[in-house]
Amino acid sequence: MSLISSLKIFSPSSLNTTQNALSVVSSRANSWWSHVEMGPPDPILGVTEAFKRDTNPKKMNLGVGAYRDDNGKPFILPAVKMAEAEIAKKNMDKEYSPISGSPEFCKATINLALGEDNEWTKNGLNATVQGISGTGSLRIGTAFLSAFFPGGKDLYMPTPTWGNHVPLAKHAGLGVKQYRYYDPKTCGFDFHGALQDIAKIPERSMILLHACAHNPTGVDPKPEQWAEMSKVIKEKKLFPFFDMAYQGFASGDIDKDAAPVRMFLKDGHQIALSQSYAKNMGLYGERAGAFSLICSSKEEAAATMSQLKIIIRPMYSNPPVTGARIATEILTNPSLRSQWLKDVKGMADRIISMRQLLRSNLAKEGSSRDWAHITDQIGMFCFTGMTPPQVEKLTKDFSVYLTKDGRISVAGITSKNVEYLAHAIHQVTK
Amino acid sequence: MAPSKFASVESAPPIEVFALNKAYVEDTFPQKVNLGVGAYRTDEGKPWVLPVVRHMEQKLAADETLNKEYLPVLGYEPLASAATRMLLGSDSASLKEGRATGIQCLSGTGALRVGAEFLAHIGKHSIVYSSNPTWGNHSLVFLNAGFTSYRSYRYWDAAKKALDFDGLMEDLRNAPENSVIILHACAHNPTGVDPTQDQWRQIADLIEERRLFPFFDSAYQGFASGDLDRDAWAVRYFDSRGFEMVCAQSFAKNFGLYNERVGNLTFVAKDRSVIEPVRSQITLLVRANYSNPPNHGARIVGTVLNDPVLTEQWKSHIKTMADRIISMRLGLRERLEKLETPGTWNHITDQIGMFSFTGLGPLAVDKLIADHHIYLLKGGRINMCGLNTGNIDYVAKCIHEVVTTTQEASL
Repeated sequence: MSLISSLKIFSPSSLNTTQNALSVVSSRANSWWSHVEMGPPDPILGVTEAFKRDTNPKKMNLGVGAYRDDNGKPFILPAVKMAEAEIAKKNMDKEYSPISGSPEFCKATINLALGEDNEWTKNGLNATVQGISGTGSLRIGTAFLSAFFPGGKDLYMPTPTWGNHVPLAKHAGLGVKQYRYYDPKTCGFDFHGALQDIAKIPERSMILLHACAHNPTGVDPKPEQWAEMSKVIKEKKLFPFFDMAYQGFASGDIDKDAAPVRMFLKDGHQIALSQSYAKNMGLYGERAGAFSLICSSKEEAAATMSQLKIIIRPMYSNPPVTGARIATEILTNPSLRSQWLKDVKGMADRIISMRQLLRSNLAKEGSSRDWAHITDQIGMFCFTGMTPPQVEKLTKDFSVYLTKDGRISVAGITSKNVEYLAHAIHQVTK
Repeated sequence: MAPSKFASVESAPPIEVFALNKAYVEDTFPQKVNLGVGAYRTDEGKPWVLPVVRHMEQKLAADETLNKEYLPVLGYEPLASAATRMLLGSDSASLKEGRATGIQCLSGTGALRVGAEFLAHIGKHSIVYSSNPTWGNHSLVFLNAGFTSYRSYRYWDAAKKALDFDGLMEDLRNAPENSVIILHACAHNPTGVDPTQDQWRQIADLIEERRLFPFFDSAYQGFASGDLDRDAWAVRYFDSRGFEMVCAQSFAKNFGLYNERVGNLTFVAKDRSVIEPVRSQITLLVRANYSNPPNHGARIVGTVLNDPVLTEQWKSHIKTMADRIISMRLGLRERLEKLETPGTWNHITDQIGMFSFTGLGPLAVDKLIADHHIYLLKGGRINMCGLNTGNIDYVAKCIHEVVTTTQEASL
């Protein structure tokens, strides 16, 4: 954030507002804000801005993490369109939502994560609140943990992690620490490094885990690796905070993607969970998500629920309904739900096939590098392993836009441009 | 299972207005009346989705070019610029000179929170004042945003049932330099009592002299008098005086979009060169809170405000709502005076907006709830929208009954 210097504030009444050079100078000196520095430019936004300015007809935007169809266009899920039509028929009012969101939405959302018939919801052990998509849900969660977590106030995050996790945690007053995760040598999971680091985390600390489709690497632990991690985390008495932003979107199977969360609960952990409908229902701008705590008793769930509301009220009072209503309609209407499962599998399948095409085209180009990680990784993003100079060349010479860390959004690849991309990547990496 | 990490978390106290609403909903008395939650009701006692809003939703649903992509961090620009223009007026010098900017926020609360976080984290303000009484959430928003001291300036004169102007001025005079002062732009919540134009001028003089920072809360523009320009008078006056200030705007009431969370934070600076740095810092704050605001409500309001025909339609809706409230004020006052209910009742029509500070004490309030199933807040605040031609006789009768049978100071 910017530096604050103490300014002598001149009396505003000495100012006239006619535009002349002298008044501009004195008005800057008079302003409360002349010390405010420009914040750092958003790296991902910067990529999109540069992409927009490029006139090369073959240009590709592999920056922003939003799904695109095979024509490179935003995709409104058929299930969403159907849900909107159903909702319109109901002529619902615009009255304030409860602070925690509609109970129906919250129930449907936690049941999506834990399974329709799960024992935790059935026994009233969850405290679930609607949040402003994933970010807002993480914000509520970190605020709650900052105020109420009885152990250490550092949140341990994988290296690397989503760029916004750090500012979010810090803004809530939590410290931020790391554990090893991505192995640049293999472009895969540094399982042993992760276990070693997790074992060193002080007892009663909080650990952030990406449930599936790790952002930004696309590298997920295998089920047996998750089991090991669960064991160590339990032994070390750590508190798991799951960020699940891609349930269904990663493998195409909602149960498979939620498996780590469910495994941890079965293993006896109490967890915190953030969920987002931005990607898996394509509801990005409608900001639908939820934060949950799984507690040890109904009374505890009620108590924590009341505190979560106290956190939400001074943030924005109560949540926006449109996205939540769509999600609820989809999840609770059997024909819409099965349509949605088809839609989300369709998105996941397209991404998986783009990964396969990219890898096979790189082989066709004659690349001798090992590109197995392209298909080993999962979800929206792929950590290609390209270096910053290679990334720069890719952008400069081929108008392919991606972030400096070599991350590509696979959603930006289509059957029409995958060959061009393979060719470009081969050129800069051979 | 290991002992829970959260076993020691205590249950938080219920929030009054929501607890009141819950009690009302659970009451089975056929003549019950809800004068609690601040939402508009028709004369049939029903919520009202504005026709222009319904029309817009149909239009948006049919528009194949729209999608659900993320909005920019600072929101839907057509909404933000139109909202700022609606507030400051198109004649505003700060607007013309590029010194005013708008940021879409999560309704009024969200705009207050973003503004407060900016003032605390970037402006390093630590002391904030609001009126006594004020909206219950003001203190919580500012303290959670990073302010370290929340204080009150006198406002409601219970004896006179009017503005305690001398008290207000004295308290502001004693406020430390750099204090942020929350000012209700119009239709003060909960009293319904607004300063006169001449009083606003004096308040402005004092704020300038004492080097305080004005933070307007504008939740009822148009909804108070039925006239957008009239309800913005105080903000525009401060703007014309060259103040730097912020204003949180809500579209919950004037657009009836309560649950879509549409709001705007207007930021006015003395110099246009600070606008971009300020926006970039607010971008970081928003990103760390919720990334970007919701789309649906923004498109409704943004489209209407930028379309002259739709804007006119919307203005007629506002007038409908404001007029109905004003007629309920007249009606209640008339009935109480006719019943010769002890005390004076002109404050009901002197006050403006959704709320009226009746002056009823806690015992009278308890009785109204317990004996007559009329729900209002402990401090005597009633929501005029809860009154209608069907229940106004009953309410007047019951107020008369509790006033004449309750021994309480100051009525």
